[in-house]
Amino acid sequence: MSSGSSKPVGKMSINRILLWIGLVVVLFVTLFPFWWVLRTAWTTQGQVFNDTSSLLPVEFTWYNFRRVLGLVSTEEALAAGGSGQSLNFFLFLRNSLIFATLVTLGQVFFSSMSAYAFARLKFPFRNFLFTLYISALMVPGIVLLIPNFILVLNVREFFVETFGLASDNPILGFSGMIAPFFLMTPFAVFFLRQFFLGINKEVEEAATIDGASYATLYFRIILPLAQAPLATLGIITFIQAWNEYLWPLVIGREDSVKVLTVALSIFQSQQPSGAPDWTGLMAATTMAIIPVLIVYMIVGRRVLDSIQFTGFK
Amino acid sequence: MESHIQELKSEEEIKGKQKKKKVRVKETYTVRETRAAFLFLLPSLIGFTAFYFIPAIRGVWISLHEWDLLTEKTFIGTENYAELLGSREFRNSFWVTLKYVLWNIPFQTVFAVFIAIMMHRLTKSTIVRAIILLPWLMPNVVVGLLWVWLLDPGIGIVNIGIEALGFDGLKWLGGLDTAVPSIALINIWRHMGYTALLIFAGLQTIPESLYEAASIDGANDSQTFWRITVPLLRPVLAFVLVTTVIGSFQIFDTVAVTTQGGPINATEVVNWFIFERGFDRFKMGEATAASMILFSVLIVVSLIQLRLFNADESDF
Repeated sequence: MSSGSSKPVGKMSINRILLWIGLVVVLFVTLFPFWWVLRTAWTTQGQVFNDTSSLLPVEFTWYNFRRVLGLVSTEEALAAGGSGQSLNFFLFLRNSLIFATLVTLGQVFFSSMSAYAFARLKFPFRNFLFTLYISALMVPGIVLLIPNFILVLNVREFFVETFGLASDNPILGFSGMIAPFFLMTPFAVFFLRQFFLGINKEVEEAATIDGASYATLYFRIILPLAQAPLATLGIITFIQAWNEYLWPLVIGREDSVKVLTVALSIFQSQQPSGAPDWTGLMAATTMAIIPVLIVYMIVGRRVLDSIQFTGFK
Repeated sequence: MESHIQELKSEEEIKGKQKKKKVRVKETYTVRETRAAFLFLLPSLIGFTAFYFIPAIRGVWISLHEWDLLTEKTFIGTENYAELLGSREFRNSFWVTLKYVLWNIPFQTVFAVFIAIMMHRLTKSTIVRAIILLPWLMPNVVVGLLWVWLLDPGIGIVNIGIEALGFDGLKWLGGLDTAVPSIALINIWRHMGYTALLIFAGLQTIPESLYEAASIDGANDSQTFWRITVPLLRPVLAFVLVTTVIGSFQIFDTVAVTTQGGPINATEVVNWFIFERGFDRFKMGEATAASMILFSVLIVVSLIQLRLFNADESDF
């Protein structure tokens, strides 16, 4: 594929140099905004408005990160020239982790169960059911948003009235937020079914002759053989759940369950009419990015490969 | 989680279905297997019924009512639909969305093709691909906030850069004419790498021998591009366009974080209109009816696109 095959090695054509310049520009455009987040987060609150063109942090400081993690007292904040406004994102970071982790575990596990049934077992209405699942991929999220909102609201009310739970009970709150993603998504079922179909049946057939039950086949053969796609799906699901905004925005407004994306957007839109607290916001933004970056650094290759899959299996 | 990935599946699935129909054999079922199957399916069946199937039907039902969540709903038939179709604000939201799609998709796709070709010609480096994909992995909220800061008319680095070059800075998200293109710009930045990787994967399926043959025949780069790359890439491009256009019509997060529909209603896209009706004014009937209209429009848009691309499938 490389043009080296059709051109002598060592000969750098003008075209190639131009292409390299283009690629460097693209990489710069992609990365610069991230640098600007860090640069702002590392700059003191006062200097961010004074020295706007410096490409490096002005008066380098970790203060904003400490502020965002709630490690700064009000007096210190006022002394540093800030509003002293509370900015504790630690709670929201925790909530995001809970939300994304539970969604991932539930969705991958339960979707893999039904994917196994669709890929391996014969039962009435199989194709009908599968087509029904897949057709749900076509429905825009906004169509389901309001009915699901009302459903979760009603179920919550029921629990509050029947069991006398507090209406901001975090377990109740998280359950409602997680529920629509927990048991299945059509994409997860489809994705895993495709992989299960590709697994060689011989091992299962041999095990069946030895009297293995379907549960044994699923837990002992399918799941171990499908570790790679399960992990890939898990990563995609985690990142998407971490990034989810609209659903937690409408259903998870209480602080006890509020996730980072919602907290960030509300914080921004509730700024007093003065200048926004950019240094604090960018420090909080950095913290919202870091978990995704960590996952990505460890398993980036899987994410990249999954994109080739979703496109061209 | 209305990511692009989800929609990627449908096309392929349709093909799979057609294949299955042709070889349909009379199936026999054992009780044991059927029972096991439904046990395995049970959790997903509950999830599907509760959060997809019933809500979809309930949505249609709600859209035929006037309902503010607090009082009893009143059945009003198709009145919500009639009102919406006659409402200037609702039609404006479709116009704004269309404007956004037209700013977003062409630039995003062209940039993506260029990036894909650059990567294809120059490097297979995983690090380059990993960087290219980075913006797409970020939460929309984070990307939105980041660009509100970069595009700040007063002290944002973009305007400072523009002014340093001797031009006038723009109002970006705050300007009536620049707000929609600014939001498009943000999402072009977020999506072009992802789209480029899809196209890049498509480029790799084009056999090298074709390029070699063209090179032997003395074809230059632009001839190779238009005569080999573009025709062979057409199915991939079709697929990318169908999915990104549908995703683009559903823009919400970026608007919610950056402009909230403003200035005035310059960025009031359909999804923002629905959100605002439903969750600010609690007009549940009207909001669901609007979402149903959006759904219908999306179906029509997809059908038109599929038709357009299928008509040219004989190209390869």
